[in-house]
Amino acid sequence: MTTVTTSRYDDVLERYDAVLGLETHVELGTVTKLFCGCSTAFGAEPNSQVCPTCLGLPGSLPVTNGTAIDYSIKIGLALHCDIADWCRFARKNYFYPDMPKDYQTSQYDEPLCTDGYLDVTVDGETFRVEIERVHLEEDTGKSLHVGGATGRIHGATHSLVDYNRAGIPLVEIVTRPVRGTGHKAAEVARAYVTELRDILRDLGVSDVRMEQGSLRCDVNLSLMPKGATELGTRTETKNVNSLRSVEQAVRHEVERQAALLDAGERIVQETRHFHEDTGTTSPGRSKEEAQDYRYFPEPDLVPLAPPAEQVEAIRASLPEPPSVRRARFAGANGFTAVDIDQMTNAGVIDLVASTIDGGASPTKAKGWWLGYLVGRANELGEEVTELAIGPAEVVRISALEDDGSLTNKLARQVADAVLAGEGGVDEVIDAHGWKVAGEDELIAAIDAVIADNADTADKVRGGNLGAVGPLVGAVMKATGGAADAKRARELILEKLGQS
Amino acid sequence: MTELTELSAVEIAERVASRDVSAVEVAHAHLDRIAELNPALNAFLHVDTDGALAQARRVDAGEVEGALAGVPLALKDVIVTKGVPTTAGSKILEGWVPPYDATIVERMRDAGIVVLGKTNMDEFAMGSSTEHSAFGPSHNPWDLDRTPGGSGGGSSAAVAGNLAPLGIGTDTGGSIRQPGAVTGTVGVKPTYGGVSRYGLIAFSSSLDQAGPCARTVLDAALLHEVIGGHDARDSTSIDQPVPPVVAAARSGDVSGLRVGVVREFGGEGYQPGVTARFTEAVELLTSLGADVVEVSCPHFDYALPAYYLIAPSEASSNLARYDAMRYGLRVGDDGEASAEEVMAITRAAGFGPEVKRRIILGTYALSAGYYDAYYGQAQKVRTLITRDFEAAWQSVDVLVSPTTPTTAFKLGERLDDPLAMYLADLCTIPSNLYGGPAASVPCGLSDDGLPVGLQVMAPVMADDRLYSVMAAVERAKPWSQPTTPR
Repeated sequence: MTTVTTSRYDDVLERYDAVLGLETHVELGTVTKLFCGCSTAFGAEPNSQVCPTCLGLPGSLPVTNGTAIDYSIKIGLALHCDIADWCRFARKNYFYPDMPKDYQTSQYDEPLCTDGYLDVTVDGETFRVEIERVHLEEDTGKSLHVGGATGRIHGATHSLVDYNRAGIPLVEIVTRPVRGTGHKAAEVARAYVTELRDILRDLGVSDVRMEQGSLRCDVNLSLMPKGATELGTRTETKNVNSLRSVEQAVRHEVERQAALLDAGERIVQETRHFHEDTGTTSPGRSKEEAQDYRYFPEPDLVPLAPPAEQVEAIRASLPEPPSVRRARFAGANGFTAVDIDQMTNAGVIDLVASTIDGGASPTKAKGWWLGYLVGRANELGEEVTELAIGPAEVVRISALEDDGSLTNKLARQVADAVLAGEGGVDEVIDAHGWKVAGEDELIAAIDAVIADNADTADKVRGGNLGAVGPLVGAVMKATGGAADAKRARELILEKLGQS
Repeated sequence: MTELTELSAVEIAERVASRDVSAVEVAHAHLDRIAELNPALNAFLHVDTDGALAQARRVDAGEVEGALAGVPLALKDVIVTKGVPTTAGSKILEGWVPPYDATIVERMRDAGIVVLGKTNMDEFAMGSSTEHSAFGPSHNPWDLDRTPGGSGGGSSAAVAGNLAPLGIGTDTGGSIRQPGAVTGTVGVKPTYGGVSRYGLIAFSSSLDQAGPCARTVLDAALLHEVIGGHDARDSTSIDQPVPPVVAAARSGDVSGLRVGVVREFGGEGYQPGVTARFTEAVELLTSLGADVVEVSCPHFDYALPAYYLIAPSEASSNLARYDAMRYGLRVGDDGEASAEEVMAITRAAGFGPEVKRRIILGTYALSAGYYDAYYGQAQKVRTLITRDFEAAWQSVDVLVSPTTPTTAFKLGERLDDPLAMYLADLCTIPSNLYGGPAASVPCGLSDDGLPVGLQVMAPVMADDRLYSVMAAVERAKPWSQPTTPR
C-alpha cells in the first residue's frame, strides 16, 4: 500500500511460500546502564559515560539494574509470554574491539520470557506472530571506521571505539518462523515491527527511535516452494533500521532468493547487510563458518528469580494494548476498522491523533496524513514521523483551510514548502504571499473586472451563465491566484443579479 | 626491644594507638626490611613507599583509627589499587595503572591499614609456586631454594619473612591456604561471597575469594573483619554480617566441637612428616575436648579434575578482555595488522605458558559438542561435592585434613610436570567448589624441618569455627618464625 508493488515479487509469492523470522533489539529507556551506574543518554561526548564495569576493566563486576528487569518483564507480559521464575544470564564469548570484556553478558538457554504472541492486521486480515523468547542483554560499544570510503571496516585506515553505548540494556525479541503470510510477507513484517514499536512506546520502556538505533531489526527470510514441507535455507539481514526498510528488506530477499532458486542455485546461509540507499542487501559473514560462542552461565551474577508478586504487580500496571486503544480512538472519531488498519500500518495513527487533539477534524487529519503526507514521505524516502511537517503544522494548515484563508491547492503548496524546510506555516505563506484574497479585496477586484469587461458582464446579466467563466478567470488573474474561485463566482453572479 | 617487624599486627596497633611508636616509624621499619630482604625473596613486585608513608601519616594524625590502624600489609598484585601498578603477575598488564580501588582496598584504608606494596604471584593466580609469575618466582624464607607456595606466594613469603605482619591473598583452589601451610603462616579463605570480589582481577569468578594472611590467628581474624561484609558492587556478595571471627580467635574454645577427619585425604602420597603432624593436631583437639570422628566425603577424589575444567573454563572467558585494545600490553600494531591480528600477537606475547594452557583447556571444555561432557559434567561433580559437605554437617561442625600433601617443594622441581604441581591443591580445592570457608594454621615442622599446615573447613558463613580451631592449635603449639631467611 505504501510501496510500489512489483509484479516480480507477486509472481515469486505465487510459486513460493516466504518464511519470516524477526529478531528485534530494543534499547531500554533506563536512566542507567544494565550492569553499572553510567548514564544511557544518547549523543554524549564519546567515552564520557563509562566506568570500570562498562569498560570491562580488570577486577570490575556487574550488578543488575532492577528497572531493566522490570521493563523486560513488562515487555514479556505485553507480548503474552510466560515469565521465568528462575533464569540466568550467560556469557557469549567472542573477540571484538567494541566489546569491552570480549564477551557479551546475555541470556542463552534460560531466557526471562518465553512463548508469547503478537497479533497484527494487514488489510483487515489478522496474522498471529508467535514470540519464541524475550531476553535481556548488554549492548556493545560503537566502532567508527575512519579513512575508508564507505564507513565500513573494509578500506578504513583506523577505527575508533565509543564505549558510551557499551552496557546499555537491550531486550531481544525473537519470533518463531512466521508462515502463511502469502503475498503479504513484507507487509506483515512491517506491521509486526510497527505494532511492536507502538506497544513498547506505550509501555514506556524505550523511546523506540529506529534512526538512533534504539529499535533495531534483523530480518530472517527463507523461501520454500509451494507445497513443500521442509524449510528453505535462510538469510539474516542485519540492522534494518526503519519500518520502510523492514518491508524493503523482505521484498528484496524474496526476489533475490527466488532468482537464485529459479536458476537452480542454492541459498547460502549467511548474514547480510541492508543498504538504506538502494533497498538491497549484500553478503556479510557466512554462517557456515559460524563462531562458537561458548555460552556458559555468567558466574559474576546471581540467578534472576522474579517473585510471582512482582510479576503480578507489573501485569496489573500494564497500559491498555494499542489495539484496544485504537478501537477506542476509532469509536471517538468515527473511523472504520479499515481506516485504523491503514493508519496503523502507514505509521500515522499517532500523528492523526495528535492532529485531532490539536483541533483538526478527524476527516481532515486522516486526509492530510494518509491521503497526502505518507505519499510525500515515500517520495522523499523519509519516515513519515521524521518529516519537517508535524501535527502542529497540519493543524494550522487545516484551520486556514477551514476559515477559507487557504484553498485546497494552496494548502498543499504550503505543506510542500514546510516539507522543503522553508519554515513554519505562517512563514511560508507570508514569504510566498499565499493568502486567499479577503472579501473586500475580492469585491474590489470583481468590480474592476466587471467595469473592464462590460460586454461580458452584460451577457451574464442577460442570463448567459456560461459567460461567467472568463470573468472568474480575470478575477483570479487580478488577485494573483489568491482568490477562492468558488466564492468569486458566487459574488460575480450576485453582483450581476443572477444568484 | 623486639624489632618492630617481629611484632604481631595486634601488638603494632596497640603501640601505635598508645603513641608508643608512630605508624610512620612502623612503616619505615618494614620498608627497610623489604629493601634488605626483597632481593632474596622477590615477595614484592612493587613497593609503594609514598602511598604507605602517606597513609601512616594519616594514622598518626588521627584521621583514621581502628583495631589495625598503622599496621603494614602486603597486598597480592591481583587486587586493583588506584594509581598503583597492578599486574596480576602478568606481562600483559605490565605498566597498567588502575583508575579505581578494590572494595577491600577502600575498607583497609578506612581502617588505617598501611599497604606497603603489591606482592608476587603466579600469573593470574594460576599456579602453586609463583614460578608462573612473569616476574620470576618468590622464595620461601624457611629455605630460599624452595617455593613459598602459590599462587599467593609473595604475600605469604612477605608475612613469613617479617616484611609485613599482614597480607592479602586470593584463593581459587588453595592459593591462600597452601602458601600459608608451606611458609608456616595462617591463611584463611572466607566463605565465597563473604569478602567482596570488586576489584579482584578474576581468574575463576565462581571460585575466587580474597582473604587474610597473618602470623597469628587473631591478626587474621581482625583483618577478616575489616575486609568482610556485604558489598553492593558485588552481586555474589552475601548480605549478612561478618561471622564473629574475632571473638572465636580470642576464645579458641573447641570443647564439644564435633570435628570430622576427611578419610579421603591421607595415606599414600602424603609425606610421613605431614601425616605425623596432622595426626598430632587431631589428638590435640581431642585432648582439648573436641569430639573427633572420621568422615567420608567420597566425591572429594573428583574435586581436582572438576576444578581443572571449571576454573579454566571461566578463565578462558575472564581473560578474553586482555586484547590490547584498551589497556596493558600491545604488540604487533604496525599500522598494517588488523585488530584481530594485534589481539592474537599481543596475547601470544603477553601470556605465559600456564595461562595459555588453561585458556586452551577452558576454551575446549566450553566448545559446542564438548560442553556437556566437560563443563556440564564438572558442574555435576561440583554439586556432588557440595552434597558431601552438607552430609558431613549433619554429624560434624568442621572438617580437618592436611592443607597440602607435602611441605614446600624445591623451585623448579615440578615446573615441567603440571600434574604434580596441581596435586599441591588436592586438599584445598573442595572448599572452593563448595563455597564454604577453609583455613590453614601451622601445626609443627615435618621431618625435613619445614612447616606443616592443618586445614580446617566449615559450613557456609560459619567462618568463626575456623578461628576457634586455629586458635586452639596455635595456643597449644606456640612457635615462631625464623627471623632471618636461610
